[in-house]
Amino acid sequence: MTTVAPGRTDRADNGASSGKGDPRGRLPRIPDRIRHGGLPYLLLLPAVALELLVHLIPMVIGIVMSFRRLTQFYIRNWGEAPWAALDNYKVAVDFDAPIGRALLHSFYVTCLFTVFAVGLSWLFGVAAAIMMQENFRGRGFLRAVFLTPYALPVYAAVITWAFMFQRDNGLINHVLHDQLGLTDQPSFWLIGDNSFVALVVVAVWKSWPFAFLIVMAGLQNIPRELYEAAAIDGAGVWQQIRKITLPSLRPVNQVLVLVLFLWTFNDFNTPYVLFGRAAPEAADLISVHIYQSSFVAWNFGSGSAMSVLLLLFLLLVTAAYLLLTSRGRRGADA
Amino acid sequence: MRTSRAAAAVTVVTALAAVTGCGGGTSTDGGGSNESPRTLTYWASNQGPNVEADKKILTPELKKFEKQTGIKVKLEVVPWSDLLNRILAATTSGQGPDVLNIGNTWSASLQATGALLPWDRKNFDAIGGRDRFVGSAVASAGAQGKDPAAVPLYSLAYALYYNKKMFADAGISQPPATWDQLIADGKKLSKNGKWALGTEGGNLANNIHQVFVLGKQHGADFFDSSARPTFTSDGAVAAVKQYVDFMAKDKIIAPGNAEYAQNQSLQDFARGMTAMVLWQAAASTFAAQGMKPADWGVAPVPVPAGAPGTGRNTNSMVAGINMAVFKNTRNIDGAKKFVKFMTSDAEQKLLNKTYGSIPPVKAAQQDPAFSAPDLKILRDTLTASAAPLPQVPTESQFETAVGTAVKELWADAAAGLPVTTESVKAHLAKAQQQMQQ
Repeated sequence: MTTVAPGRTDRADNGASSGKGDPRGRLPRIPDRIRHGGLPYLLLLPAVALELLVHLIPMVIGIVMSFRRLTQFYIRNWGEAPWAALDNYKVAVDFDAPIGRALLHSFYVTCLFTVFAVGLSWLFGVAAAIMMQENFRGRGFLRAVFLTPYALPVYAAVITWAFMFQRDNGLINHVLHDQLGLTDQPSFWLIGDNSFVALVVVAVWKSWPFAFLIVMAGLQNIPRELYEAAAIDGAGVWQQIRKITLPSLRPVNQVLVLVLFLWTFNDFNTPYVLFGRAAPEAADLISVHIYQSSFVAWNFGSGSAMSVLLLLFLLLVTAAYLLLTSRGRRGADA
Repeated sequence: MRTSRAAAAVTVVTALAAVTGCGGGTSTDGGGSNESPRTLTYWASNQGPNVEADKKILTPELKKFEKQTGIKVKLEVVPWSDLLNRILAATTSGQGPDVLNIGNTWSASLQATGALLPWDRKNFDAIGGRDRFVGSAVASAGAQGKDPAAVPLYSLAYALYYNKKMFADAGISQPPATWDQLIADGKKLSKNGKWALGTEGGNLANNIHQVFVLGKQHGADFFDSSARPTFTSDGAVAAVKQYVDFMAKDKIIAPGNAEYAQNQSLQDFARGMTAMVLWQAAASTFAAQGMKPADWGVAPVPVPAGAPGTGRNTNSMVAGINMAVFKNTRNIDGAKKFVKFMTSDAEQKLLNKTYGSIPPVKAAQQDPAFSAPDLKILRDTLTASAAPLPQVPTESQFETAVGTAVKELWADAAAGLPVTTESVKAHLAKAQQQMQQ
């Protein structure tokens, strides 16, 4: 109790009142509020530095590239590529010309794909998580089975789907056509219009276990008493889901849907492994489209401009989504 | 609430940043140096059944080179799917290997980056002279009128492989020499769930190889003398239509082939489901699929009329692998010595025998091992009737744009939609417009 350093004692004495006396006491005081408030930022610093290095700096370079006429002729020293001003952007949004038209088509396909893939993944995830709430024999096993697609390497899983979707030797047609007789003749899934269906099926298969996992975790936080009280008041299963489960899951769902949206909109692995570097028109997602512009057609400037446009779109959607959901939350809290 | 919002924000930043994450860098200019004369790094393309097999094949040869010169070669075998992007990344960063393999169809495109050492007279003299190599192979190593960007290493050409039993069962005594004969034979062969000809409709490069040859036979080149695309020329349109018509009109290709891109047509051939395939050096693949050499025969790729090798009867593209040196190598002399070693008569015989390819070195071609019936046809084709794909800087874009157009036409044919001159022209016009932007 008596080992406190004199200076510290003085500062403690003076600090709270005048700040005078010991020379160290004259230094500007860092209020505890700020000092403690700064600690989280200090702890975030390594992550921010890495984020800068790994994502933000390359992103800025990508933006710079989008204003240059960067082709294979300048790839060795892209800083010397001629200045293109907004030309790359003009080409990308010139919807009367083939490149702009193809980009717009690809954007439309991607939006449609995202709506289906995210919607179905979310629906299956929530439904499965709610079903898994009840304790029953084999629940652990089923949970493990449900999570399997999430644990598998994406490439291996998608290439397996590609084999299954083959027209002549694939399992899908074998079941649909040969065994169930649902189609007049074996269908094409990897070319033509059906390729969109194949893409959505694989994406949902890949994503819904994540939704299941997150929703299942969210369900653990809903007090059982609420359900018991609702049951006593005569609420049925649907009413309990509508009035208790879904409102309680809202914060979880907001993040879940946002994450699924971003992952799905940017999904590159699924279409690339399923269809190769030239996806059918019906399944021409924007990620592969931009990859083609940049790394197959070797027009890195144009590819970067398309990436920036996509970035702006995603930023806009995300900002709107966060704004709407936070307003909704404030309204609910009030 | 705050936690979920923060998590959402972090996710957003991370995901969005990933969208535009494109690196870049600079590299030094110049023609290499001898700063590091005792080591070399070599990126070999995957030629054998897998990467490990290639390492086993190449490692003893690299040891031999080390013994001769004291230069240690660090080998990396790069799968084909990664090779072009790896080269692009190396070109951008300047941090590439000293010596590397490239697909010969990429030669002019990679030449345009300025990253590869030009093989001028002096450099060719350092490896024994340009005349040691087959002319068509050297022509596929860079743009016309410029010093080649690489040296031919392994050469290949297309041939027509046919199933002898299926031909005999259909009463056909010899393989077709013209396209009309192929269609006539094909109609006899395409019955009872079996088909005459196999193809890889989803494989853009294969589509290009086939329509390029047919284009040559129709007098079309897909590019004019100024390297401007001429995809909608009458010859080009006729070539593409003729190829897709094998399925759409002649019905001698199974509709399922429209989605093939993983060599499934070779599996069908080996299983006796398809009677013919147009392929490069397929012997080892057939053997791996359980076919005996006596089960199949080989003939030159058909031509419109007459025999290949005369007039304009080109019947193959010049396929193969070239060897290039990165301009900013730190061991320029060692790199040239290594290229000389790999293209020496002895190594050419040994490596090409192992990989089932044809040596682009004339002296090595004379080895009896390359006189087996199938290899002799490939060798003769390469010498007399093969033409390199257009050696233009935009070759890579050409493969994608026209290869995709053909892929889309296959899809139409497979779905039973009409493939007309107009629809072919429309697809090629779209491809051409994409090239010109």
